[in-house]
Amino acid sequence: MKVDHTLPLEYQTEENSNRVLGFWLFLGAEIVLFATLFSVYLTLWNRTGSGPNGAEIFEIGPVLGETFLLLTSSFTCGLAVHSMRLGLKKPFMAFFGITLLMGLGFLGIEITEFVTYVHEDATIQTSAFLSSLFVLLGTHGAHVTMGLLWGGGLMIQVKREGFTHDTANKSFIFSLYWHFLDVVWIFIFSFVYLKGLM
Amino acid sequence: MKWDEFFVTGEPMIYGAMVSIVVVSLAILIGLTYFKKWGWLWREWLTTVDHKRIGIMYIIAALIMLFRGGVDALLMRAQLAIPENGLLDAQHYNEIFTTHGVIMILFMAMPFVVGLMNVVIPLQIGARDVAFPRLNAVSFWLFFAGAMLFNISFVIGGSPDAGWTAYFPLASIEFSPTVGNNYYSIAIQIAGIGTLMTAVNFLVTILKMRAPGMKLMKMPMFTWSVLITNVIILFAFPVLTVALALMMFDRLFGTQFFTMANGGMDMLWANLFWVWGHPEVYIVILPAFGIYSEVISTFSRKNLYGYKSMVWSMIIISLLSFVVWAHHFYTMGHGVMVNGIFSITTMAIAVPTGVKIFNWLFTLQKGRIEFTTPMLYSLAFIPIFTIGGVTGVMLAMASADYQYHNTMFLVAHFHYVLIPGTVFAVIAGFYYWFPKLFGFRLNDRQGKLAFWIIAISFNVTFLPLFFLGLKGMTRRMYTYSESTGFGPLNLIASIGAVGLAIGFIVLVYNIYWSFRYAERDTTGDPWNARTLEWSTHSPVPEYNFAVVPKVDSLDAFWESKKSGKPLFTDKIEEIHMPNNSGQPFILGMIFMFFGFFMVFSWWVPAIIAGLGIVVMLAVRSFERDHGRHIPVSEIIKTEKALSSRMDTDAGLRGEHA
Repeated sequence: MKVDHTLPLEYQTEENSNRVLGFWLFLGAEIVLFATLFSVYLTLWNRTGSGPNGAEIFEIGPVLGETFLLLTSSFTCGLAVHSMRLGLKKPFMAFFGITLLMGLGFLGIEITEFVTYVHEDATIQTSAFLSSLFVLLGTHGAHVTMGLLWGGGLMIQVKREGFTHDTANKSFIFSLYWHFLDVVWIFIFSFVYLKGLM
Repeated sequence: MKWDEFFVTGEPMIYGAMVSIVVVSLAILIGLTYFKKWGWLWREWLTTVDHKRIGIMYIIAALIMLFRGGVDALLMRAQLAIPENGLLDAQHYNEIFTTHGVIMILFMAMPFVVGLMNVVIPLQIGARDVAFPRLNAVSFWLFFAGAMLFNISFVIGGSPDAGWTAYFPLASIEFSPTVGNNYYSIAIQIAGIGTLMTAVNFLVTILKMRAPGMKLMKMPMFTWSVLITNVIILFAFPVLTVALALMMFDRLFGTQFFTMANGGMDMLWANLFWVWGHPEVYIVILPAFGIYSEVISTFSRKNLYGYKSMVWSMIIISLLSFVVWAHHFYTMGHGVMVNGIFSITTMAIAVPTGVKIFNWLFTLQKGRIEFTTPMLYSLAFIPIFTIGGVTGVMLAMASADYQYHNTMFLVAHFHYVLIPGTVFAVIAGFYYWFPKLFGFRLNDRQGKLAFWIIAISFNVTFLPLFFLGLKGMTRRMYTYSESTGFGPLNLIASIGAVGLAIGFIVLVYNIYWSFRYAERDTTGDPWNARTLEWSTHSPVPEYNFAVVPKVDSLDAFWESKKSGKPLFTDKIEEIHMPNNSGQPFILGMIFMFFGFFMVFSWWVPAIIAGLGIVVMLAVRSFERDHGRHIPVSEIIKTEKALSSRMDTDAGLRGEHA
C-alpha cells in the first residue's frame, strides 16, 4: 500500500483520498436531494388547505435551541478533527462525544416539536404545507439520527484502535457529513422558520 | 388480506406466467444442486467484487429484462393488431404498457449501459478495478433487488397501471387503490439508490485512477461519455429519490403532496418526475454516443473526427438536459412564456447533437471501413436516429405539439430515438467488447443476419406509428373501432414487432452458437482496435494489467502498435486486490424484503428488515478488510499461461519487462 506521509493521516492512502472525493460527490447528490425538498416546500408552503399555517404553529424558542445546539456541535466537531490531526486522542473523544450529545439534544427538541404540532392537530396528513414541512424536517432529522448511529460506532472504533488510516479517514468523512447537516439546518432555519414566522 | 387479493387471480395468462416462474425457478434450483454448482455460484458470482463479473451480471440481468419488456411489447402489439381485439382488457393493457416502459428504461437500458461501463471503463483507463469495488457490488445487488421486486408485482398484488410516468392524480391511492403503484415507488427507489452509488463510484474512478499520462483530453470517447453521464446521474437521481419518496408517503401514509384536496398539487409530480426524467434520457443516450464513437473510429481505421467538439457537445447536452423538462407537458397549462422558453432550450439540443452526427460522418469519410456487426449497428444508427431527432424538433415546437401530444407520433418518436440510440448501441457494444470478456468473437454472419432482421423490422414496426399518430390515434388506447381506419397500419406495425422478436431470437442463437463453436481469439485484440482495453489478454485476468500502462497520447494502444513504442515499461510488482464479500448480496436481499413488506404495509416485518439494513451498515463500518496482494510469482505464472495461448508480442504487455 502506497502511503504519502506529506498529507494528513486521513488522506495518506490512495484508497482513503478516493473515499474523501467520493464522499464530496455524494454530498453533491445530497445537496440536490435537499434542494428538491426545499423546492417542494416552497411550492406548497402557503397551500395550507383547512389546516394551520406556519405562523400559527411555529415557536421561535425551541427552534433557537435547536439552532444553537446544532451550530455549536459543528464547531466541536471541527475541534475533534483538529485534535485528531494533532494526534490527541482524549480531546478528540471528548469533543466528538460532545458533538454527538448536542446532536441528540437537537433531535430531542425536534421530536418534542413534532409531538406539539401533532397535538395542535397539525399532522403530516392535514395539508400539503404540513406534509412538505414534516418530510423536509424529517429527512434532515433522519440524517442526524443516522449521524448519531454512525458517529457512535466511530467513537468505539477510535477508542479500540486509536488513530489509524481507517479511523482517521472515517472520522474526517463523518465531519464532512456533520457540517453538511449544519448547512442544511441554516437553510431550514431561514426559509422554513423565519419565513414562516414573518 | 385474503390469498386471492395477495396473488393475482382470474387471468389465464397470469396463471401461465406463475406456472412458468415456478418451473424455471425449480429447474434452476435442481440444476444447481445436480451439477453441484452452489459453491461456484456463491464464490465466483454472488460474492464477487470484480468489475468485469459485475458487468457481466448487469448485462445478463438486462437481457432477461429485455425479454420481459419484449413480451410486454408483443402483447401490446398483438392486442392492437386488429380493431376491437379482445385479447387484453383495459386494465391488463394499462398494466402492460406501464411495466413495458419502466422495465425497458430502468431495468433494461440502464443496467445494460451500466454493465458495459463496468466491463470497459477500468480497462479503458488502465486501472485494476473501480475506486470502490465493494460499493460496486452493492450497486448491482440493489439494482437486482429493485428489478426482482418490480417483476413479482404481476403475480403478487398486481402491476402498476398508471403509465411509466405515474402521473397524479391517477397514480394516487384514490384512483389506483391496488398495491401496483406501491411497487412502482419502492422498487424503483431501491434500484435508484444503487444507480446513485454507481455514479459516485465511476466519477472517482475516472477522475482519480487513470493510467499515468492519460490527461482528461486524452481519454477515450466512451470514457468521456461515461464521465458526463455519471455527472448527470449524480444530479438527476436525487430528484427521483424525492419524487418517489413523496409518492410513497402519499400512498402509504396519507400525505397531501399530489392530492386533489387540502392544498395538494398534482402538477408537482409531473415537474419532479421530468426534472429527473429528461436527464434520464441523456443518461441512456450519452454512453451510446460513446460506444458509437469507439466503434466507428475503430472500423474506419481513423482517429475520431473532432475530438474536442465531441467532448464539448456532450457537456452542452448534459447542461441543456436539465432545462428542458417542461416540454413533456406543454399542453398541461403553463403559459406562452414558459412554453416558449422550453421550446427554445429543447430545439437547442439539436445543435450539439448535430455536431456529433457530422463528426461521425467525417470520421467515416475516406476511412477504410470494415463492415463488422457492431459497425453495421453504428452505421444504421446515424440515419434512423436522425429521423428520431428531426421528429423531436417537430415535437419541441410547443404550438405544434398540441397536435402531436399523447399520440402515436410521440410513441414513434421516442422509439426512433431510444432504439437506434440506446438499444443498437448496447448491442454494438456487446458485440464489440464480447471478445474481451470471453476470448472469442460472436459469429459475424449470424450477427449480420440478426442485424438486418432487427433494423428492417424496427422500421416496419415504428414508421407506421408516425402516420397513425398524425391520423389521431392516441397512445395507451387499448382498442379502437374499425371505422377509425387505424387497422391496416397497426397490423403492419404488429408484423414488424414479430420481426423484431425473430431478430432477437437470432441474436440469442448467435450467442449460443458462438459459445460452442466460435474460433478462439489468441491476440487479445481481434478488431485491431485503438484503446487500452485491447492491450491486455482476453479473457482479462482479474488484475486487468500485469503492469500499469504509461500513456502519452490519445488512443495510446493504436499509437504504440504503429510506432512500436511499448506501453508497459515497468517491472511486475505485487498487486493489491480487494477481497470478495457476501455482504452486498445479503444487503440487496434484505432491501428486497424490506421493499416487499413496505409495498403491503406490513409494518412489523418492514421494521425488522429496516433494522437489518442498519445492522449490515454497522457490520461494514466495524469490518477491517484491506484486501490481499497477488505475489509476483503468481502474476508471472498467470501471464505465462495466458501468453502461451496467445502469439502476440509479449513485450508489448510487459511480461519480460
